[in-house]
Amino acid sequence: MASNDTNLTTRPSVAVHTPGTATGAESAASVMRLRDVSVYYGSYEAVRGTSMPIQQNQVTAMIGPSGCGKSTVLRALNRMNDPIPGARVSGDVLFHGQNLYARDVDPIQVRRRIGMVFQKPNPFPKSIYDNVAYGLRINGIKGRLDDHVEEALTQAALWDEVKDKLRKSALALSGGQQQRLCIARTIAVKPEVILMDEPCSALDPIATAKIEDLIFELTNDYTIVIVTHNMQQAARVSHYTAFFTAEVDEQQERHGRLVEFSQTGKLFTNPADKRTEDYITGRFG
Amino acid sequence: MTVTAPPATRPTASGPDLTRAALSGRRRFTNHLATAAIWFAVLLAVIPLALVTYTVIAKGGGVMSLSFLNEDIPNSYRRVGGGMGPAIVGTLLITGMAALMAIPLGVFGAIYLNEYGKQRPLARVIRLMADVMTGVPSIVMGLFVYISWVLLVGEQTGFAGALALACLMLPVVIRSSEEMLRLVPDELRQASMALGARKWKTTLTVVLPAAISGITSGSLLAVARAAGETAPIIIVTGIVFSPNWNLFDGSNTALPAQIFRNASQPFEAAQDRAWGAALTLIVIVLGFTIIARFISSRFAIKER
Repeated sequence: MASNDTNLTTRPSVAVHTPGTATGAESAASVMRLRDVSVYYGSYEAVRGTSMPIQQNQVTAMIGPSGCGKSTVLRALNRMNDPIPGARVSGDVLFHGQNLYARDVDPIQVRRRIGMVFQKPNPFPKSIYDNVAYGLRINGIKGRLDDHVEEALTQAALWDEVKDKLRKSALALSGGQQQRLCIARTIAVKPEVILMDEPCSALDPIATAKIEDLIFELTNDYTIVIVTHNMQQAARVSHYTAFFTAEVDEQQERHGRLVEFSQTGKLFTNPADKRTEDYITGRFG
Repeated sequence: MTVTAPPATRPTASGPDLTRAALSGRRRFTNHLATAAIWFAVLLAVIPLALVTYTVIAKGGGVMSLSFLNEDIPNSYRRVGGGMGPAIVGTLLITGMAALMAIPLGVFGAIYLNEYGKQRPLARVIRLMADVMTGVPSIVMGLFVYISWVLLVGEQTGFAGALALACLMLPVVIRSSEEMLRLVPDELRQASMALGARKWKTTLTVVLPAAISGITSGSLLAVARAAGETAPIIIVTGIVFSPNWNLFDGSNTALPAQIFRNASQPFEAAQDRAWGAALTLIVIVLGFTIIARFISSRFAIKER
């Protein structure tokens, strides 16, 4: 798996971005930071007051029971909630110190730098090649599309399986292959951050293992935030883990809340909060 | 990794009886009854279709010839011979022009409704108006075009007919296209959005291609219906007996109008021409269908 192509790290993106291959957790720079972020759907506050960093070239996992707002927070990171009528974000979502919800920020620019992989594999009903080339084309990348497509597919560990059928429909691939194609499609446009919303929940264990290996490889070049239902998966792939839960307030309304954020090893072996401990030991959720 | 095969299970004499005979008599009877009912319904539905096709071919086939297709319409119903050339020209031009006006407008309207307007008040009003317009009788649309266009220009023209047909097609195209756009899964829009595509780009390069074959079918249905409209043509395009290739100057005619005029005459020659015109119209609509299927299959999503 040749995922260390040097030209991948030269991104035509934000100038303040300083590439670092930080492996020591403390020394990692945070590429994104949430400051007191609440997400509303209409007047309903779905997630309340979330603050956490997202470290560069690390995997940050968001875990928690259903309805705790982890996907909502994830989608707030690249403004995917924008089209939902009534959706609103308060607080600051900082990306290299810039608030993504500032008035003059263009959500298109945000999503070009912060890509997303979805729960259900959702390749376009086009050929494998066109799926990967789509993002390049809409972003006006001209010229050697073939090279870019091959590079992205190689990075997504899919090239060997599809190189002879690039013109075939993406819908003919298996679920796991489709999901890797979706990852290839996302990394083809070279974002800085990749958000993954339960990318393995529709896949079998073998396909899941492949995606997990891939996630690990991708941290050489990308920062990854992954939402997962699967605690083992969070423990396996992530450097940092955020545990969310749902709380019921005085008005009997459920709100998602960040309970604990720390290094994955610490969160799973020595959680600071009783609720985290209960969840990871299987006492609830 | 070694895979251990599950212990083979051998059918034993005491195993469950999987033969059809094991089903209860009532269930077998219900099954046969349902199958029979479905076949009966299919036959019943096919009978009128087959009879219409047979009658039109049998009666229209007799007068069909190359000269029937390109000769002028005799200006006396009584006269034997002649053809439907002017009506064929009129039908193709008028329906073609109507499709050219109604289909792009309708598809854009559907894109607005499904991708942009959604449940906004304006979109709801347009949707309601389109539904109401679908129910407007064609003769009313003919009268509308007569007072709003023919009286304005001062003469009956082929273009007036095209306008009336376009008004009839528009709501059908809008509503059927909207349904097709709604079937496009939202995941595809989100995927495109997450790659940094703007909305118009997503609509044009992801949503529209995914819906194109359904949109084509819906539009085609509208064209086929419009090609058979009689009342508005009679009211707003008038009549000619030799081909008029100019939609904007002078009266025109079309096959349905000729069928109506010729079939209501007591002369056998006219009635023969009406049958011939009916057969021609059916073949033209069939031609439209085949062309549109061909076009949409080129855009269609290939599963493999």
